[in-house]
Amino acid sequence: MNGSHPTCPAPAPASKPMRVAFGEALIEFADAFPRMVVLDADCSSSTQTKLFAARHPDRFFNFGIAEANMVAAAAGMAAAGLIPVASSFAFLLALRAGDAVRSLVAYGGLNVKLVGGYAGLSDFADGASHQSVADLAVMTALPNMAVVVPSDLTETRLAVRAMLEREGPVYLRLSREAAGAVFGPAHPFEIGRGIVVREGADVTLAACGRGLLLALEAADELAGGGISARVLDLHTVKPLDAGAVEAAARETGAIVTVEEHNVIGGLGSAVSAAAAERYPVPVLRCGIPDRFGESGPYAEILARAGLSAGRIADLARRALALKRDPD
Amino acid sequence: MTPPPDVQALERAARDLRVTVLRMIHRAGSGHTGGSLSCAEILAVLYGAVLRVRPGEPRWPGRDRFILSKGHAAPALYAVLARKGFFDPSLLATLRRTGSPLQGHPTMSLPGVDLCTGSLGMGLSAGLGMALAARRLGGDWRVWVLCGDGELNEGQNWEAFMAMAKFRPANLTAIVDRNHVQLDGAENEIMPLGDLAARLRAFGVAAIPCDGHSVPSLLEAFDAAQRCGGPAAIVAETVKGKGVSFMEGQAAWHGKPLDDESFRRAMAELGEAAP
Repeated sequence: MNGSHPTCPAPAPASKPMRVAFGEALIEFADAFPRMVVLDADCSSSTQTKLFAARHPDRFFNFGIAEANMVAAAAGMAAAGLIPVASSFAFLLALRAGDAVRSLVAYGGLNVKLVGGYAGLSDFADGASHQSVADLAVMTALPNMAVVVPSDLTETRLAVRAMLEREGPVYLRLSREAAGAVFGPAHPFEIGRGIVVREGADVTLAACGRGLLLALEAADELAGGGISARVLDLHTVKPLDAGAVEAAARETGAIVTVEEHNVIGGLGSAVSAAAAERYPVPVLRCGIPDRFGESGPYAEILARAGLSAGRIADLARRALALKRDPD
Repeated sequence: MTPPPDVQALERAARDLRVTVLRMIHRAGSGHTGGSLSCAEILAVLYGAVLRVRPGEPRWPGRDRFILSKGHAAPALYAVLARKGFFDPSLLATLRRTGSPLQGHPTMSLPGVDLCTGSLGMGLSAGLGMALAARRLGGDWRVWVLCGDGELNEGQNWEAFMAMAKFRPANLTAIVDRNHVQLDGAENEIMPLGDLAARLRAFGVAAIPCDGHSVPSLLEAFDAAQRCGGPAAIVAETVKGKGVSFMEGQAAWHGKPLDDESFRRAMAELGEAAP
């Protein structure tokens, strides 16, 4: 179940890229987790595992441009007692290395931490070839795999610690880009536990990753129109906090999901299923509408894919209109 | 000092493994015969004279690791693990049965299995990870990975060979069961490997050729691999379906169910009383 959480202040201005927060967290937790090693596939300058590599060269392994080999080697390391953190671009971990993820890491239930960077459209300039719209679908469908999508810098840091503490496979999905600080350092982050970031009565905006910032913006816009929107941070897509979804359905009667992923197979699918099974209410999904990304300024391509506060607010109003009258 | 290996006992062990494999596959009604028979001596020698393992303590952290990357030879692995005492041999009768730890391909729920395999081409990468982990964790274990030659079609093996040459683990050895036949036919027709030893050397891996059905030759190769001080691959020349005349070299026996008549003839050839 979600715990109640004090209403948070409006998002602070973006302070640093999420990938830098990840690289710094690896260094921060290196001593607490001496069995942790870090692997990258010739992307350490991009994913920022280079920060760890510079500090702990004996605990860093660069496998070159060979993601499948890297992930399978990580599986072997985990089977022998290490905690390998294997880092690359999100789509490469999910698809190029997908069989190693499936057949060794997930099926073996091995203690490998997969960190997919540059997820969603956040590698905006490089375009569709480097963007990742399907990784959540792949990862969530693999038995044994936990899937975490931190929503701000604080959650990124805490998610790194939480995944290292957790025994078993974890996929951590990160953005390339600047992330805000929605939460303070005392944030009660726990894998599998949703967080009500803002209370509301009319509709729930359930988000992960960058979607949370957009949802908070949309909630402000809706408040201006007299609509009270709950904002629910579902940073863990699997295991999903179905209790938090049920509470949102019962208490607000309509849900809009927000994610930087195809609307098929990600948070929207997971929330729809949970609501349908526990307390059916309208669920509208804001996400990438089953198409590939493109090159362009980040905010612009997000908006062209339908990921904007204005569109979320529109979907919230539609969801309200779809609510059935109470008996 | 460990006593010198008893060559004749290891040869008998290989023969017994073949009998067990055929019984298992016949009873299960499916399974991969040809590739299980081709690695009988390799497994008999590894488990009989090379691997440092504790069957009563299968997860002993200091153990040597073995990965059956050609996971379809699971019946041969199960047979040798049971013989070594990792589990009750009566379990062998449950191969491919619902709820059995003897799945069609190896899983780690079975004592003695160090890695789940079956999807080809990944065992060597994982073996590299296990070998590198020894360095980091202060262990002195060795890692042995048995690959099929058809399996080397998968490009990931060559990523692993490159990485072996980079990280140079002295405690990792690949063994290639070079039986020259894969599912669809002869390896040199499906996807030729050419001069495999030369290709391995070009990737920076020491290639150690041996006769994969000769116990003394295998013992020598395993010894050479441990002494060579760097990444090594043993190329064990073998015959698919070895030991049963009508199966030898036949792609058809890669994964064909073993019918009663063929089973009876095979057992007779191995000198085993009719079942």
